[in-house]
Amino acid sequence: MTSRHTHSKRIEGLDKNVWVAFTSLAADPSVVNLGQGYPDIPPPSYVKQALAEAALVDRMNQYTRGFGHPSLVKALSQVYGKVYGRQIDPFKEILVTVGGYGSLFSTMQGLVEEGDEVIIIEPFFDCYVPMVRMAGAKPVLIPLRLVKVRKKTITSADWFLDPDELSTKFNSKTKAIIINTPNNPIGKVFTRDELQMIADLCIKHDTLCFSDEVYEWLVYRGHQHIKIATLPGMWDRTITISSAGKTFSVTGWKLGWSIGPEHLIKHLQTVMQNTLYTCPTPLQEAVAQGLLRNFDLMGQPECYFSSLAEELEGKRDRMAAIVKEAGMTPVIPEGGYFMLVDVTSLNQDLSHILDDEAYDYKFVKWMIKEKKLAAIPVTAFVGDESKKQFEKYIRLCFIKQDSTLDAAGEILKNWKSSSQRS
Amino acid sequence: MSLQRLTSSFVPTGLNSHNLAADYKAVNLGQGFPDFSPPKFVQEAFCKAVNGGPLMHQYTRAFGHPPLVKSLAKFFSRIVGHEIDPFEDILVTVGAYQALFCAFQALVDEGDEVIIVEPFFDCYQPMVKMAGGKAVYVPLRPKAEGKGVLSSGDWVLSAEELASKFTPRTKAIVINTPNNPLGKVYKAEELQMIADLCIKHDVLCISDEVYEWLTYDGVKHVKIASLPGMWERTITVGSGGKTFSATGWKVGWAISSGHIMKHMKAMHQMSVFDCATAAQEAVAQGFEREYELFGTPESYFQQLPAMLNHKRKKLASCLESVGLQPIMPEGGYFMITDISSVKVDFSDQSTEDEPYDFKFVKWLIKEKGLATIPVSAFYSSEHSKEFDKYVRFCFVKEDSTLDAAEDILRRISQ
Repeated sequence: MTSRHTHSKRIEGLDKNVWVAFTSLAADPSVVNLGQGYPDIPPPSYVKQALAEAALVDRMNQYTRGFGHPSLVKALSQVYGKVYGRQIDPFKEILVTVGGYGSLFSTMQGLVEEGDEVIIIEPFFDCYVPMVRMAGAKPVLIPLRLVKVRKKTITSADWFLDPDELSTKFNSKTKAIIINTPNNPIGKVFTRDELQMIADLCIKHDTLCFSDEVYEWLVYRGHQHIKIATLPGMWDRTITISSAGKTFSVTGWKLGWSIGPEHLIKHLQTVMQNTLYTCPTPLQEAVAQGLLRNFDLMGQPECYFSSLAEELEGKRDRMAAIVKEAGMTPVIPEGGYFMLVDVTSLNQDLSHILDDEAYDYKFVKWMIKEKKLAAIPVTAFVGDESKKQFEKYIRLCFIKQDSTLDAAGEILKNWKSSSQRS
Repeated sequence: MSLQRLTSSFVPTGLNSHNLAADYKAVNLGQGFPDFSPPKFVQEAFCKAVNGGPLMHQYTRAFGHPPLVKSLAKFFSRIVGHEIDPFEDILVTVGAYQALFCAFQALVDEGDEVIIVEPFFDCYQPMVKMAGGKAVYVPLRPKAEGKGVLSSGDWVLSAEELASKFTPRTKAIVINTPNNPLGKVYKAEELQMIADLCIKHDVLCISDEVYEWLTYDGVKHVKIASLPGMWERTITVGSGGKTFSATGWKVGWAISSGHIMKHMKAMHQMSVFDCATAAQEAVAQGFEREYELFGTPESYFQQLPAMLNHKRKKLASCLESVGLQPIMPEGGYFMITDISSVKVDFSDQSTEDEPYDFKFVKWLIKEKGLATIPVSAFYSSEHSKEFDKYVRFCFVKEDSTLDAAEDILRRISQ
């Protein structure tokens, strides 16, 4: 007997999810997985050690402060106080959440109202749109556009927001704009001028800014991560989101934090106390230890915040080279650990696949099956109107061990020959 | 925004107590968590997971780490008497708290009514509100006035009163067994009465069973999902934190029929997406061990209630010896006590307009250094006045903590 009851309206149409779809496909152990964004390199040993030690302390296995374990929020206040160049109140201006994801959710639920509009820049981390919709608001999309220049290598710096186009997206209903820098999937690191342009609009229209900066430490040589919250007039209207998982290569810890002014953070805290109440204690203690250790090392080569980026730059360059070998065109990212790859030049005929899906979805599924290499289709990160602009791109994750990159290299090297055979 | 539906004045009782108790360095019998450690085998499992391969520190399956959902399915299928599919019927959440949140958000719509049995764990009310639902309250009441130690078993629902709460708009009823704060363990007949109404009115049942292993005096915990016609309409919520005395791990779960679970999964993937890996691995190991030892004296699910039973009796006799009237709980780790016989001069002006038990609790923390929780916090405003002479004690504490509480209470009675 089935119930007459159905689900609530708020989750209508929100069940489809690119990760759920593609992680199961990529789970086959014979597939080289450059899809979902998590490291297969180990986290720093001191961070695991700190967790093992915390678990042995009785009190660390029980509930801690709901808005964030005291030693963690104090460590965050120290680290970010230095980065922002301002005093950050650990108890009023910080909320610890279940990953960057949990911060995004708390922010949307806490600050976005029914009937609001929220501007989202494409390509966007896929959860932004459904979270905005779940809060009863309307997503307003604007794409980054590739400004084609005559040069050999395209980088994430060649993708821009059109300032005129952006200003038309703001109106009296606009509650917030979401930015993600470094950007997933393109890897763009917004410049100070670009952030200033966005800030000017936020101030002019009195909107909030939700800045997803989970990849904040992963910025490559020649580029600098700028926090929009540090621009004049922006602290009071910005929520900045970060991730322990991305910072310490421990995505499976699912800890993140939101930093912002008290009058905004308090609403996120209210959401927290009514959704999951508190985050796991021993994990927070371990992250606190990791932050304090690296705070002391900031500016030095041993600091994980910079050493990881150095390690990844080599992998980035390697990935770009092997992708080119297969005849694909990489977009070299300035930050983050993903790379967009243009597969147009392969001219891969997929007309035999009859599913009503965008080209990149078909390509990735075909590639997983035929080439045993997993990626993520980029149209998962854009709205319908921009699909055509992005459907020849796939996203590769390069925070992988050398052996994984070697295996990917083998597949890509033999691509042309194996394609010719088939 | 959903937040608008919440009154800004709501603060969970645990949060409030935690802050006050810390400020006054009180002996804390307030917030419900053990002050002793989780069992060795589960701590070891956690350390093993932490030192496991790199995948232990990366994302796992969104709806629940495969070893955990498999061990939960295996374990609970045996108890519920229904073959539970680990991947369709289970969702792992950040504590039982988030399981409750997912259930309300996924299933309750604007204008839906949700029946809440009082006294209720305080989060149900704001969660229903945040989902746009209307909470309809029905209180447990003591069967008879009179002297003698009451048991939580003497607090019952009136069949007529309960039936009258069901309307065409009723979406769900929330029950908590064993109950926090009362400690009531619903009998099979009582659950049957609720089940009959759920089936008659085609209503969902959210059954919060986080204290399921903590029953005393041979009282049996019954799962409403195991009653005929109930599997397909019940969401059973469980807690790794309460099960293994590791509340700080925040590993919980919801078990339900796939057609309901899929909606909760959608909600989960919209809010946290997935839960921390290592703790799930450790809880999975814990359940594997308990599956083998189930029903034997080595089972933690036997040992923990046996240990707590001793503390339950100790607290009850201590309260009686100082002239208070505890309600003996059949389950859980809380005990409520009638404080009306205590004569107190509330000179603290800051609590003027508050209910009697709130005033008492604040006085007890500030003047006597003992933290407890006022029971009217677990009632709707409709009924709280009837129940403002009770405070809740938590006894899942070291004997030394209970002894310290005893000293304080003795001094009050003198």
